[in-house]
Amino acid sequence: MSQSLFEARVPIHPRSVSGRFRNLKTGILLLAYGVFFLLPWLRWERETGPSQAVLFDIPNRHFYLFDLVVYPQDIFWLAGLLMIAALLLFFVTGIAGRVFCGYFCFQTLWTDVFMFLERRIQGERPARIRLSKQPWNAEKILKLGSTHASWLLVAFATGLGFVLYWGDAPALVRAFFTGEAANAAYITAGLLTLTTYTFAGLAREQVCTYMCPYARFQSVMFDQDTLIVSYDEARGEGSAGRAKPTRDLKTREQRQQAGVGDCIDCGYCVQVCPTGIDIRDGLQIECIHCALCVDACDAIMDKQGWPRGLIRYTSESALEGGKTRFLKLKTVGYGTAIVVVAGLLVLSVLGRAELDASVSQVRQPLFVQMSDGSTQNSYEIALNNKTQRSLDLDIDVVGLEGATLDLGRVEEIVLEPSQRTTVLARVRYHPAHDDPTRLPLQFEITDRDGIMDPLRVGSQLSLRP
Amino acid sequence: MSTNDKPANERPRKKPDEVETTGHIWDASLQEYNNPLPRWWLWGFYATVVFAVVYWILFPAWPIGDGFTKGLNTITFEQDGEEVTTHWNTRSLLARDMQTGTHAVRQREMLETVGAMEYDEILADVDAMSFVNAYAKGSYGTWCAACHQTGGAGVMAQYPNLRDDNWHWGGTVEQIEETLVLGRLGYMPGYRETLNSEQLEQVAAYVLSLNGYEMDEESVSAGGDIFTGELGGCFQCHGMDAAGIASQGAPNLTNDLWGLVDVPGAADDAERVARVSSFVHEGVQRVMPAFADRLSPTEIKVLTAYVHSLGGGQ
Repeated sequence: MSQSLFEARVPIHPRSVSGRFRNLKTGILLLAYGVFFLLPWLRWERETGPSQAVLFDIPNRHFYLFDLVVYPQDIFWLAGLLMIAALLLFFVTGIAGRVFCGYFCFQTLWTDVFMFLERRIQGERPARIRLSKQPWNAEKILKLGSTHASWLLVAFATGLGFVLYWGDAPALVRAFFTGEAANAAYITAGLLTLTTYTFAGLAREQVCTYMCPYARFQSVMFDQDTLIVSYDEARGEGSAGRAKPTRDLKTREQRQQAGVGDCIDCGYCVQVCPTGIDIRDGLQIECIHCALCVDACDAIMDKQGWPRGLIRYTSESALEGGKTRFLKLKTVGYGTAIVVVAGLLVLSVLGRAELDASVSQVRQPLFVQMSDGSTQNSYEIALNNKTQRSLDLDIDVVGLEGATLDLGRVEEIVLEPSQRTTVLARVRYHPAHDDPTRLPLQFEITDRDGIMDPLRVGSQLSLRP
Repeated sequence: MSTNDKPANERPRKKPDEVETTGHIWDASLQEYNNPLPRWWLWGFYATVVFAVVYWILFPAWPIGDGFTKGLNTITFEQDGEEVTTHWNTRSLLARDMQTGTHAVRQREMLETVGAMEYDEILADVDAMSFVNAYAKGSYGTWCAACHQTGGAGVMAQYPNLRDDNWHWGGTVEQIEETLVLGRLGYMPGYRETLNSEQLEQVAAYVLSLNGYEMDEESVSAGGDIFTGELGGCFQCHGMDAAGIASQGAPNLTNDLWGLVDVPGAADDAERVARVSSFVHEGVQRVMPAFADRLSPTEIKVLTAYVHSLGGGQ
């Protein structure tokens, strides 16, 4: 028995379509490309630091986002951001299906651009099919060659555009083309050029169908009230199935009499599909909900003079004659979670300290007896100046009567903008007989210029094991 | 638009319940579905095979006898002042990174900066001390922690505590540096032949009384005579006031800090007296090794500042 365990890929040549959803997708695409390619070039005035609005400076561990400078210690903000992104995905997918896949995913956006280039060079779908079947000649080499060249160009622009977020854009571009940029820049740009070309040019729907984990787990979030792009089978098929508009089946009345549905089986919805499926077969794993088949079918219905919506955004409930319910525990829960996490993130960003201070007590040994009878504990006070000015700091110990602070011979603690340092501190205290094993105390860090509010960090003094 | 174009996707359309099977049937109804993988997936597999072969050629891979294939990749780094080139391996990678990596270079620059500073400057500079603290933890761990323990607290009756202000040889940076460079020989003779057990207990009572312990007055007074007189001669090293003499390596005996006799661990006065008198009976000899030929002057400087900062620098 010869049965293949592997199947060859069926080439897809999507036809172009115009309509509401195509316009929406184009709008999103232009916006996304505009932001992605132009953002690194936006200049921004800062007292210290680069003049680029968005810059992720890896070697110095500074991440500039407009007026916000993010440090590695703020990594939990990234966790918050990722949580919001995940919850948003769950929330939106539960309500409106694979919106991310259809409108926002990089794979969809870049594939869209690559298909646009392909169509400009090789022509509309029939021309492309003809070209693909035709033997190799000058025309085919020229057209396919220039298509791939244009893809590579866009892919390279993408790679270079991404790299610009990690360095000063104008200087980096100059360095890149004079061979003076860091290896990481060439490797990143090269890898992204390669992956963009491969995924958006060659692999396309294979990425969504076989590689993407989001595609698979989004289906878990669907329920009967989720908006899906669907073919109205009852209307389209009638009782006798779909039929082409032959002479006897031209008007709706004729068709309804014959039991034939509104689908004239023109195949336009199949031809425009970027993943090569037939939406009339029902909801399928390959469907990325780009809604181009809706535009296609609407165009046909308009032409026939029949109502739109044979293929439309609907839900299983609605298709079965019920109502689509959006207000459910699941959606409200995800919505609430998003609001809570986003609120906490905003609060955390707005309320972040200008100075990071953390005190760690030296634990080996916890305490030591001194010759004057006092007990001494040692501390390492890590300070990180998050402001854009230099800080002249004073450290004091408060909250414990009789405790004295010893900073050795260090008298001046000046931190330049975004500088970190560790201050070695010792606290001496004459214990009374009824003192507990540990006493709480606080280190008070004050700004000698008086601009920053005093910062108190709690710690403890150990007297006995 | 034309309605006659056949759909490009000519995959035979299957109804959801029609899945291709391999034809195998067990137990009358158990079937094996065939959902073929895309062919490029197979190429992906071949690509990993090619990758593996390239990897074998470039990197150490196959065991052969008691050796292994070394691969074509090499690493060049410095070892004991000589340039060494070996086959690629992570140990050499680490060695090279610790010599030429960006952080290694920055550390070396900082080390040179601190090495060129005077002690007064280092101790007063918060950033220099921050570096000293970070850098010296490594060399302290290598050279000092075996005796003085990781945190510098030492071991009772064996190795001195570096965290308190009880110095045998002095706690100024100059004295600490001298201790590190030249090493120290600490010696206190045993009095087993000089003093009888009653006299030993009297000396012990005297020393304990200096530290605030209530002792029998007669013993204290007799012990004081031995301590400050010709018989014991303890004053020659510890001083008439028993406050210690750093040049002799003789500790202060009046501050109730005990490094060699575990007085804090004794239950009562009798045990304290017993412990001190037994110590005077035995005497002690201790060695701090010299590090002049093992550590560079800069490393000694950093370690000195570190020890000074541990808690009792003078």
